[in-house]
Amino acid sequence: MKRTALAAPYLVWMGLFTIIPLCIVFYFAFTDSVTGSFTLINLLSIGNYIPIFLRSIWLALVSTVICFVLAYPVAWFIAGCSPLKRRFLYMLVMLPMCMSFLLRTLAWVALLEDTGILNQIIGLLGISPLPMIRTDGAVILGMVYNYLPYMILPLYSVLLKIDHRLIEAAQDLGCSHAQVLRRVIFPLSVPGIVSGFTMVFVPAVSTFYISQKMGSSGTTLIGDVIESQFKAAYNPNLGAALSLILMVMVFICVAIMNRFSHDGGEEVITL
Amino acid sequence: MSKELIRLVNCRMAFDNEVILNDINLYINDKEFLTLLGPSGCGKTTTLRIIGGFLTPTSGDVLFEGVRINDVPPHKRRVNTVFQRYALFPHLDVYENIAFGLRLKKLPEKEIDARVTEMLEVVSLKGFQNRSVSSLSGGQQQRVAIARALVLRPEVLLLDEPLGALDLRLRKDMQQELKRIQQQMGITFIYVTHDQEEALAMSDTVVVMNEGIIQQIGSPEAIYNEPKNAFVADFIGESNILDGIMRADRCVEIFGRRFACVDSGFAPNEPVDVVIRPEDVDIVPPDAGHLCGDVTSVTFKGMNYDIIVDFAGFKWLIQTSDYCPVGAHIGIRIEPDGIHVMKKSVYSGMFGDYSSYSAEYDEINDPDADLGEEVFDPGDGEVVK
Repeated sequence: MKRTALAAPYLVWMGLFTIIPLCIVFYFAFTDSVTGSFTLINLLSIGNYIPIFLRSIWLALVSTVICFVLAYPVAWFIAGCSPLKRRFLYMLVMLPMCMSFLLRTLAWVALLEDTGILNQIIGLLGISPLPMIRTDGAVILGMVYNYLPYMILPLYSVLLKIDHRLIEAAQDLGCSHAQVLRRVIFPLSVPGIVSGFTMVFVPAVSTFYISQKMGSSGTTLIGDVIESQFKAAYNPNLGAALSLILMVMVFICVAIMNRFSHDGGEEVITL
Repeated sequence: MSKELIRLVNCRMAFDNEVILNDINLYINDKEFLTLLGPSGCGKTTTLRIIGGFLTPTSGDVLFEGVRINDVPPHKRRVNTVFQRYALFPHLDVYENIAFGLRLKKLPEKEIDARVTEMLEVVSLKGFQNRSVSSLSGGQQQRVAIARALVLRPEVLLLDEPLGALDLRLRKDMQQELKRIQQQMGITFIYVTHDQEEALAMSDTVVVMNEGIIQQIGSPEAIYNEPKNAFVADFIGESNILDGIMRADRCVEIFGRRFACVDSGFAPNEPVDVVIRPEDVDIVPPDAGHLCGDVTSVTFKGMNYDIIVDFAGFKWLIQTSDYCPVGAHIGIRIEPDGIHVMKKSVYSGMFGDYSSYSAEYDEINDPDADLGEEVFDPGDGEVVK
């Protein structure tokens, strides 16, 4: 069929670079690194990494919630602007995404490190340098900064679509401004909230670069561990097993979040 | 009779120097079915939104039972609105849409249930309470919107073109239904529409608006039978509007002929607009007619024929049940009560000429066409045979 033919290039791509690698991950996760025989050792060794898993989830969750709290009012504000202003603000939100993710993170390092720009400024005021880098706070800051646009955009597009007459109808039926937000706008924006949460949480939980640059040995995340299995410890089998477990956990988190949007009418990005 | 409920005093609305409402004065009685009628852009919806509290007039006052309510927000007004295209909450089912306002009042669950059930019955939607609103037809959504507003027992219900999105048949049914609900609940309805038939069929009082100005306020009969100016005469029903001269009380001259009429109180020889409704013209043999003309077009309308008759270049619309072929030379008679005389207004000469209604429609709209004597020139004041 014509449809299949047109989609073929990407279907082939998906086969080559999504399905086959996934099979390879499965294969490695269930085999021994030395003998290559079937084993559950890799998966069972997850016990050693539970604190790191939990920390990853915790930091990603905190970042996601902060992103949401920051993004919702901004998205609501932009959606309420005149079309010209709206386009301009939308561009400002998008702009950081046009620059290299690595560069932006390194810029934060330059700002926050012990001899960094911020500490130099407060040094001029006679205050001793503050330990800003290599803390959980710095990692969260890095995540929020990098992933905030992914929260704003889905919220913005769902808020933009809310029919203004629904707000008037709610006011007409007795809603104060706060009640309009709670009873109409918020429930109607649930699909945007769910896809915003997904789009921030999923990359945040598996990140390694942010925690490497802005965190310390105490803030190692699961992404760092996986990376080190491949690059330093030369144990791709364990790395594959951890990846697999992470993937399953992400699936579970997304499934839980999708439950909140039940039949909200909107299609939600599911991973 | 019934007491006054709402009054608009010199209400003016202007956006960026564009005047939408030009010093409107209007009062609305309790339990009245009042319709704001006019073409789009006439200011009728703006008036409704001012009463609902969604707009604050640039100047002037809105009074509710004599108290100024200009600055009272919508949720504190004793009025509720049925919005154009309903504005139902898509995240709530039928029951919760209707219960929305009651829940805000924190009423006990038992009372909410009783009142929602009662409303479902009033709007004939029993058994639909758990349906999602998007699964309903337009007419059903309409009913939910009405129930949602009425369940709060407002003193006034504002309806903004509520039937605009429905097909003709459903509109007719809903008109009856709305009138029934209004009488059953005994509350004031303020209804906005551009459909003159709807306004005539439902209202106690019709307010005809154009260009931000109230043209006429009156009962449907008064508006139809005694239009105040050419705009009202043309907008409500079909009208032939002619230039005339009032020669004396109860005597008006049209086309140089004198006709008996029922109007009086004009200055002697005052130029006037004369309205003759198409159904008030009797067709007679040419030798028995007050005027004689030639039929230029015939359209079968089911109940009657719409025929266009050319009188000395001025074309009339006449509705008759007798078939007259194109080209026939006919005479007409008009009874005194079929003639309505109006003062001259800014709308004089702008309406009531059916030249463009004829088969030569395209020709007349063609700027290059030689129109010759075909088009009646209102500037001349009169056409004499």
